[in-house]
Amino acid sequence: MGNQGLLQHLANGISLGSLYALIAIGYTMVYGILRLINFAHGDIFMLGIYITYYGVLFTSIPWWVVFIFASIFTGLIGLLLEKIAYRPLRESPRITILISAIGASFFLQNFGIVVFGGRPKAFPIPDVFNKVVKMGGVSISLITFIIPLVTLLLLLGLTYFITKTKTGMAMRALSKDYETASLMGIDINRIISITFFIGSFLAAVGGIMWGIRYPQLMPLMGAMPGLKCFIAAVIGGIGNITGAVLGGFILGLGEIMLIALLPKLTGYRDAFAFILLIVILLIKPTGLMGEKITEKV
Amino acid sequence: MKKDNRFKNSLIMLIVTIAVLFVLNRILDDYKLRILNLCGIYITLGLSMNLINGFTGLFSLGHAGFMAIGAYTVAILTMPAHMKEMNFFMKPIMPFLANIEWSFLPALIMGGIMAGLFGFLIGAPVLRLTDDYLAIATLGFAEIIRVVFTNTQSITNGALGLKGIPASTNIWWSWGVAIITILLMVFLIEGSYGKAFNAIREDEIAAQSMGINLFTHKVMSFTVGSFLAGIGGGLLAALLGTIDPNMFRIVLTFNILLIVVLGGLGSIKGSVVSAILVTIAMEALRFLDESINLGFIELKGIAGMRMVVFSLILMGVVIFRKEGLLKEN
Repeated sequence: MGNQGLLQHLANGISLGSLYALIAIGYTMVYGILRLINFAHGDIFMLGIYITYYGVLFTSIPWWVVFIFASIFTGLIGLLLEKIAYRPLRESPRITILISAIGASFFLQNFGIVVFGGRPKAFPIPDVFNKVVKMGGVSISLITFIIPLVTLLLLLGLTYFITKTKTGMAMRALSKDYETASLMGIDINRIISITFFIGSFLAAVGGIMWGIRYPQLMPLMGAMPGLKCFIAAVIGGIGNITGAVLGGFILGLGEIMLIALLPKLTGYRDAFAFILLIVILLIKPTGLMGEKITEKV
Repeated sequence: MKKDNRFKNSLIMLIVTIAVLFVLNRILDDYKLRILNLCGIYITLGLSMNLINGFTGLFSLGHAGFMAIGAYTVAILTMPAHMKEMNFFMKPIMPFLANIEWSFLPALIMGGIMAGLFGFLIGAPVLRLTDDYLAIATLGFAEIIRVVFTNTQSITNGALGLKGIPASTNIWWSWGVAIITILLMVFLIEGSYGKAFNAIREDEIAAQSMGINLFTHKVMSFTVGSFLAGIGGGLLAALLGTIDPNMFRIVLTFNILLIVVLGGLGSIKGSVVSAILVTIAMEALRFLDESINLGFIELKGIAGMRMVVFSLILMGVVIFRKEGLLKEN
């Protein structure tokens, strides 16, 4: 493999890593506040793609407007999911709420099969994204550049929101100490709703770009990326947004490089993330950037 | 005196069960017998998951992986040589496996041992993690097993799967194992191990300060659970006659989780009853996926509807009846 090939793989790895990062943020934010693995997050991502698909195909609204509204709509679905499946269980043992999350995930997947049909659909890609850029003798599609750029912009926005606004501060307070924060007059339900909205919104944005990059739509398409992005969040240190982004990039680049350098192991691609997870958990259970949690009796 | 009574009751239950099975074995057709077999197998599987998740309070989602190990072990060990040759046309099977042909019992036990061994090897490092991490790590492990089995063409025949596994499972095998499992569970739970498992579930730190070795007990519960899952997988392989890696997706774990949750976490009776109910319901609700002909009008079945119903039931139970559907209070 020459330099050009390497450049190509690097670009692909960064763009896949950005997508993973966007989805991983949703996991990490929810976990930071509720200590819950939102198993349905990957399926919210899937819903986001399908909503966009129907929006572009069956309305005459310009595609970029559809993209925005579909993302917001998906965010609202995420908010609703929390209200129905997680809120009633907030005081119950963690295992119960995890089971509810798994139930929600399976419900959304099968709901997808029932409503959207099990057959793969092709994502309607706006022509703008089909352009190919030539760079240093390598041709790379435009979307490969757009993905990291959009991710970067969203990340900057999110960082501003979390560090500078009052709601963001409340969010941080909640993830540090749930009870004290509620005693300080923070409206917990509102903050949790906002968290789910943001997480699902980002998943939908990631989903739309995923659809442009890998335009085959299936109701079960969210399961694998969902799991991998949770792994990315764990690798980076769950609860930590920077960590989630870092984990996403490690996973995305690692996967692409594994295939590029050791083509024989292509079949094991999906196992790579899980092996990495187990290794990381054994070496540093709190993830690369996670804080050490001491258990109180 | 009380213990005496209980023993008598259990004995009567056992004899009645065997008698009922004997009659059912005579009168039911093949399709219904198959469901009855599945009931027995799911009792074993439900109990094995309940041991890990319900009694010890570890949240493991690796069941499908352990079942796959058991199923493949039994399949490879019991298939006659000429059958293997037919199956492995893409790439020949590894020479040392080609001519092995064991009888069912040792193969089944071997399947359990292999699954238990993997359970031990995986459990020892992974069980240090807390619940959520454990869930995702065990889920990951099950996925790895599936991916590995898809790729090891010369051992598992890859994605093509194995066909023509000798159909050794019958009512006596599936229900015999189920009954032995029930007895084993009762023995474990009533004894000091059960008390320790319970203590770990309720409060790890308190349990530890009472002198319970957390790690040993967790690994033990996990290993026994995966051993039983392997046995269940082996029985399933010998019942269906055909297996492939995609059978062992997380959906399978989900089905067993459904049984455990419906029956109530930490309830032996509950798991047994709900295993039977869920297995029969899974079959009975098949009409949701298929078309129904009412004579004058044909209702189009919708694929996936069955699982929608089941996931709604699961969520409904955890949200509205946290103790499980069947647990008496």
